[in-house]
Amino acid sequence: MIFSNILIYFVVIPLVMLGLLFLCRDIKQVRTVAVIGSTALVALSVYLLFDFIHLRQAGADAPMLFTGSWMWFEPLNIHLALGVDGISVAMILLSAIIVFAGTFASWKIDPLPKDFFLWLILLSTGVFGFFISIDLFTMFMFYEVALIPMYLLIGLWGTGRKEYSAMKLTLMLMGGSAFLLLGILGIYYHSAPEGGQLTMNLLEISQNGAIPHGWQTFLFPITFVGFGVLGAMFPFHTWSPDGHASAPTAVSMLHAGVLMKLGGYGCFRVAIYLMPQAANELAWIFLILTGISVVYGAFSACVQTDLKYINAYSSVSHCGMVLFAILMLNTTAMTGAVLQMLSHGLMTALFFALIGMIYGRTHTRDIRLMGGLMKIMPFLAVCYVIAGMASLGLPGLSGFVAEMTIFVGSWEHTDLFHRAFTVAACCSIVITAVYILRVVGKLLFGPVQDEHHLSLTDATWFERLSAVTLIVCVAGIGCFPGWISNLIHNSFLPIIEVLTK
Amino acid sequence: MEIISIFILCIPLFMFLLLGLTGMKMSHKLAGWLGCLGMGTVLVLSYWTALSYFFGDFYTAEGTRATLVLWNVDWLQFTQNLVIRLGFMLDPISAMMLIVIPTISFMVHLYSMGYMEGEKGFQRYFAFLSLFSFSMLGLVVATNIFQMYIFWELVGASSYLLIGFFYKLPSAVSASKKAFIVTRFADLGFLLGILILSYCTQTFDFIDITSAAVANYEGGVASYTGPFSGILTSFSGMTFLGASTLTWALVLIFMGGMGKSAMLPLHIWLPDAMEGPTPVSALIHAATMVVAGVYLVARLFPLYLLEMSAMNIITIVGCITAFYAAVVACTQIDIKRVLAFSTISQIAFMVTALGVARPEIHEGLGFMASMFHLFTHAMFKALLFLGAGALIHAVHSNNYTAMHGLRRYMPVAHITFLIGCLAIAGIPPFSGFFSKDEILSAAFENHWFWGAWLMMVAGLTAFYMFRLYYMIFWWKEHDCSHHTPHDAPAVMNIPLIFLAAVSCVAGFIPFGHFVTWNGANYDIHLVPWVAISSVCVAVLAILLATKMYIKENPVPDRLADKFHGLWTAAYHRFYWDEIYMWITHKVIFQGVCRPIAWFDRHIIDGTMDGFAKVAQWSSLQIRGLQSGNVQFYVWIYLVGALALGTIAWLCLL
Repeated sequence: MIFSNILIYFVVIPLVMLGLLFLCRDIKQVRTVAVIGSTALVALSVYLLFDFIHLRQAGADAPMLFTGSWMWFEPLNIHLALGVDGISVAMILLSAIIVFAGTFASWKIDPLPKDFFLWLILLSTGVFGFFISIDLFTMFMFYEVALIPMYLLIGLWGTGRKEYSAMKLTLMLMGGSAFLLLGILGIYYHSAPEGGQLTMNLLEISQNGAIPHGWQTFLFPITFVGFGVLGAMFPFHTWSPDGHASAPTAVSMLHAGVLMKLGGYGCFRVAIYLMPQAANELAWIFLILTGISVVYGAFSACVQTDLKYINAYSSVSHCGMVLFAILMLNTTAMTGAVLQMLSHGLMTALFFALIGMIYGRTHTRDIRLMGGLMKIMPFLAVCYVIAGMASLGLPGLSGFVAEMTIFVGSWEHTDLFHRAFTVAACCSIVITAVYILRVVGKLLFGPVQDEHHLSLTDATWFERLSAVTLIVCVAGIGCFPGWISNLIHNSFLPIIEVLTK
Repeated sequence: MEIISIFILCIPLFMFLLLGLTGMKMSHKLAGWLGCLGMGTVLVLSYWTALSYFFGDFYTAEGTRATLVLWNVDWLQFTQNLVIRLGFMLDPISAMMLIVIPTISFMVHLYSMGYMEGEKGFQRYFAFLSLFSFSMLGLVVATNIFQMYIFWELVGASSYLLIGFFYKLPSAVSASKKAFIVTRFADLGFLLGILILSYCTQTFDFIDITSAAVANYEGGVASYTGPFSGILTSFSGMTFLGASTLTWALVLIFMGGMGKSAMLPLHIWLPDAMEGPTPVSALIHAATMVVAGVYLVARLFPLYLLEMSAMNIITIVGCITAFYAAVVACTQIDIKRVLAFSTISQIAFMVTALGVARPEIHEGLGFMASMFHLFTHAMFKALLFLGAGALIHAVHSNNYTAMHGLRRYMPVAHITFLIGCLAIAGIPPFSGFFSKDEILSAAFENHWFWGAWLMMVAGLTAFYMFRLYYMIFWWKEHDCSHHTPHDAPAVMNIPLIFLAAVSCVAGFIPFGHFVTWNGANYDIHLVPWVAISSVCVAVLAILLATKMYIKENPVPDRLADKFHGLWTAAYHRFYWDEIYMWITHKVIFQGVCRPIAWFDRHIIDGTMDGFAKVAQWSSLQIRGLQSGNVQFYVWIYLVGALALGTIAWLCLL
């Protein structure tokens, strides 16, 4: 019975919310539905986390737990196949938290609040669906479900050159999915090299034995690039600055916080897990690209003047670090990659939420026109400093844990090529400090730049709730990283196993 | 002891959270006294811990002091062997720091009650002080190098927050930014050093690393391929660019220390850090945080002994910095900057002492001397800074051109400051004399050059300190037309008197009984000729300063004119700031960041937009074909049919 599987509720709850939102008449009802729904998602994902840990401790050692599979389209053997490991559980938790915080960050969205939430919840349906699926086709479908609403959300509720940005973002990501579709079909037709039923199920493909080597070298780059576009890999990252700059607050949060993680997640779940030989051989090409991303994004961020551009480029750098770590192909670095996904998700969501709140008051995002906000809106300013500290990797906040795991993992490669790139990636901790402190110093400290800003108010209760939720999570991971690191670490063992075979 | 050691770390952290989260709702008084109470408790607990370690029965079988790990919990596991643990380690140097840090911190808390009175953000200030104390204590008791790195970053952040405490002043903001970024750059080296070291030894643990090195040294030969090398064997034979891997690791780690301890060329942040409130300068930028680099080298000392090239680098860096900072200090007119440069110079003494220490020379005298000087310097430098704070508080200016002749109006500040000056100048029986003398002896034992060099710097130290002293308290009568300066309130005077008293007697502590590099007992003895000549140098320098500065006279100006080039260069700190400005702004910002940003917008993004343009252009071209003109369609149809027919015909042929 499909509804006896806990995972399906991550899709059912958003769908029910969609139905209820249709029926809503005013903004109060919309808010009620959104708050109840997102709280339910958080509760469910916390429950899933504990249940998962409990099962693992009880000795369940299958690569995926809570698995279930229901035939969907017989001729192509497509199933609705569900299953999670520690990484997906962590990503689901992240998504639920960000949806929750995003709901409060868009408390006063205007115009058309109902439609906004409809699209936002549809987007999160796609995100949750992606993380619980283990069937390539369903993954792909949910992936698309997550992408399309972005176009409308940015195009309708955005700011600045919103039509251009929405179009650019959607087209570039669609370009990525074209690669992906090709990759998925390729994988499907070579999923049973020793004969037998072709399948789209990740676990079955990997059990069926390796995809022929020649095909791997073709399919690995395609799928990696396909997901890499969403992961803001150089040189396919340019949708990110424009897209983030134009997107409304909650969309930026969800996009940078969760959607970009779909890219990284797909890279190891599909590209590396299914094409391990090609991954071992070709990783160096992408390592160069992602290594460039890390440093390049950070340097670009140093001279931006728009708050959202700064964070968009900083995301390029941090997400580059995610892909960089994945390509190191060892457990420690890959664990670091997922930690970095979590950390970046939370802190970038926090950044974008704060930027949205500041923009809502000052009506500008240009740091040259603002200054001394610490005096005017101390709460928002303090949160911004904390987000900045997380971003530059201060111990006690999540960024440090992630970066250190990545660096220690990357250092396990002894050849000069990997070492050189690891050193380059380490350099980013200095450049990050430069651009973060530049913004903090300019925006929050110093004299008040604009007299009109003096009359502005500090955060409201819903804004505080949104920010505090994210800060608690950032600090939680930063202070007690052991359990989550172990959770992720153990989930990588099957992937590492196929890589070293 | 375990429970108490947990409290030593937890109380300041709790105070930080309490004052940080709820401070806004408290009155200034309550917040301040809460902070003092917290630190006072820590003071008692850590004194108890340190004293029971020193006087308790904690010895190894060989009769050296044992290293105790009171607790050690797993925090983050990287790989099978590499685990970050958070723990509490007691050994001679950490126990000594457990006395230094809470003492200074408590004095600064008390002093700040008066100094910061009425400042906006008073609660925030005490919250940050607690955060700093927590981080610094965590740093010194670290059981492994990664824990040290964690707290190392945290002290950096609390220093950033405290330097930028007056966040409305642009100068404070940029000073805090500079401090953070410069030390961050140094920490990059530290991090890489940790990566190398931990990769080769497969452990972060200090005890594992150093005990292997110590065992190795006692094996007779200083090499890591010997029979006792243990985990260090993996270093053998690995080189990179001509230096061994261990050298690289140690030099990179020392780079982290250079950043925090403001060694040339990473010193530029420290003078600017004086933008912070003066008690902060006393606590962080004079007594505790800036000696973290010295502490780091001392922590890994047995390992440094294995690589003489690394030791030589340390010695050279220390010597150059000591001299440089002393010369610059002779020309500054901002009282806090003089003290900042004097701090740099004195820390360089400690660094040099570590660099010249050898186990075969008086059983590692340099190590003991360095730690001794760290201890005495913390006391007298905090005294000098707090004294400077009292003066600034009284005349509302940092420049001593606004001070002059204050001895009549501020007797307590005057006497305590004089004691501080005598201590730093190395006049017996004040504490600085004893520790500096040990450093000089150690340096002479290593090579006469280092000793002579340091003795010259010691002379310069005495000179610029007394220049400062006379300029503040003598020179000419104070201009009281605005208001008459007077001594600070009791909360500020008590710390001054206490620290002055410590500076008078600290020299008589038999330091060798407590702190030596391998925990063995060592009897301190003065080397007569070193002691006599160093006192002579100091006295001569003081006499010279007296001659030049006790009364208003044109000699200093005339000298400055005569050596105009040198004086100007020294006054501008030999243009290090300008060089860094040029590198960061012109090279990195204009030469790297801007081109990259331009490249991204115009080339990369341009290409993407270009694809869109091409698609749009081609669709526009094709659109023309769908004109709706029937004649045109028929014409195309005919041409197409003919062409196909021809092809078919040709194929059939």
